[in-house]
Amino acid sequence: MNFYAIRAIYFHEMDRMRRTIGQSILSPVISTSLYFIVFGSVIGGMIPELDGVSYGSFIVPGLLMLTLLTQSISNSAFGIFFPKFTGSIYEVLAAPVSSFEIIVGFVGASATKSLIVGIIILFTASFFVELKIQYPLLMLFLLILTCLTFSLFGFLIGLLSNNFEQLQVVPLIIITPLVFLGGSLYTIEMLPEFWQKVSYFNPVVYLINGMRWSFYGASDINIFISVVSLVGFLITCIVGVAIVISKGYGVKT
Amino acid sequence: MQNVVSIKKLSKIYDNDFQALKNITLDIKKNEIIALLGPNGAGKTTMISIICGIVIPTSGSVTVDNFDIIKDYRRTRSLIGLVPQELSLEQFEYVFNNVSYTRGLYGKAPNPSLIEKILKDLSLWEKRHSRINELSGGMKRRVLIAKALSHEPSVLFLDEPSAGVDVELRQEMWQVIKDLRNSGVTIILTTHYIEEAEAIADRVAVINKGELLVVDNTSDLVQSMGQKTLLIELHEAVQTLPSKLKGYNLKVLNNGLSISYNYDSSSKQTGITSLLQDMKETGLKLKDIKTEQSSLENIFVELVREN
Repeated sequence: MNFYAIRAIYFHEMDRMRRTIGQSILSPVISTSLYFIVFGSVIGGMIPELDGVSYGSFIVPGLLMLTLLTQSISNSAFGIFFPKFTGSIYEVLAAPVSSFEIIVGFVGASATKSLIVGIIILFTASFFVELKIQYPLLMLFLLILTCLTFSLFGFLIGLLSNNFEQLQVVPLIIITPLVFLGGSLYTIEMLPEFWQKVSYFNPVVYLINGMRWSFYGASDINIFISVVSLVGFLITCIVGVAIVISKGYGVKT
Repeated sequence: MQNVVSIKKLSKIYDNDFQALKNITLDIKKNEIIALLGPNGAGKTTMISIICGIVIPTSGSVTVDNFDIIKDYRRTRSLIGLVPQELSLEQFEYVFNNVSYTRGLYGKAPNPSLIEKILKDLSLWEKRHSRINELSGGMKRRVLIAKALSHEPSVLFLDEPSAGVDVELRQEMWQVIKDLRNSGVTIILTTHYIEEAEAIADRVAVINKGELLVVDNTSDLVQSMGQKTLLIELHEAVQTLPSKLKGYNLKVLNNGLSISYNYDSSSKQTGITSLLQDMKETGLKLKDIKTEQSSLENIFVELVREN
């Protein structure tokens, strides 16, 4: 195992976050804080409690998931796409590094960045809404699992993307709508029966409800189904990345 | 001399069916400087990229220090340094960090004093805290060399090292390359500049359309494939050559005021003595005589044209 290479890639990517702290940390924290101010404090004050918690508190897990998903995907997709774009990927390919080590370096750094942003957002949320976490260890487990899984997914997107437009398609056109329609700002029970059934085909519903259960011990979906869904998606991403990288697709000719 | 890189029947066909390499076989000797010469699209970069692990070969095999580049990729790649053709660098990074990053990628523990030495040798130490995008093109190319040397490779590939580099820097770079060879590094460089190959390479391999046309010592190649030309200036112009001189295959130049005669300097009978004797007998008056040796460039152009 080339630990020095993993360390080099990891800190190289973390250094990118340090250089672009405004984009990496401030931007997601500010936009999520705006959600808390508008939906949590201003509008939330006029909405009755949901699942026994205030509306402001109710939306914290959903907004946390929204940030984790988009940040994890964009961090790792950009992390691998940028060297492809500049051509500097040659040195990773020419180095005595296995595909596994490359993935650990890039995905590990991306997941760490998302985790940092997620923790800052939780801390920020506590200023605007009353925050209680009933199962903190489970919350931390889901937080890490989500960061890792979607960083892997983002890595796959970055490998397969040939231009900046393709890089943005999945996060903007697929992930963001799925999160907004996945119960981040409401419970599934509030929807008409038909749309409730449709919502169960949205994989993000399971993630948000899993996270919400770890906060308040109540959600629309059984926690075990949520965890199994997340682990299932993690395995799918691992297999996908392994296949793509072993074929050299997107980076080797 | 021991071979450090052995290429056997190497072929590469890209997805668009373009065959970049056709059955190339080449041995590269330890501690030599070999220049791969060829026009654009000849397959030089593909060959280097395969050896370095960036491009997947279609068939054939390559060993570096007797290790297979695919089965033993960790060993072979740790022996190789690569300076790519393009200035492929992350523009917002700092010079010192970027060179140290490459050392880490190659599985080597951090060694700031070695990085300092490399940067000093390449006149980059003053720029160690500069961002890459603040450097000139020549400096960026030197950063690429510093990166390639950061893990102390024994084989160094330089893909068009002089592309876009001014004359003074090119001379400096040649000296760096020679110094590296003197320190025990084997150098493989691709170049368009024949002058560069003549100046620093021990051997030359000419590639065109994916085929290896010739491999030889630079001086032997010029000797064996080059021709010498005897240029004779006349006092008076001749319109047609006397019949006695027809057998020499002479060329009349400069409106009849000069005659050229190609000969093989390595043969026992160059024909010069008899030519001069016959010219005297035909009454032609000589004004001046000089000889010219065909250059590596002439040989290269001839080889590529024939191919």
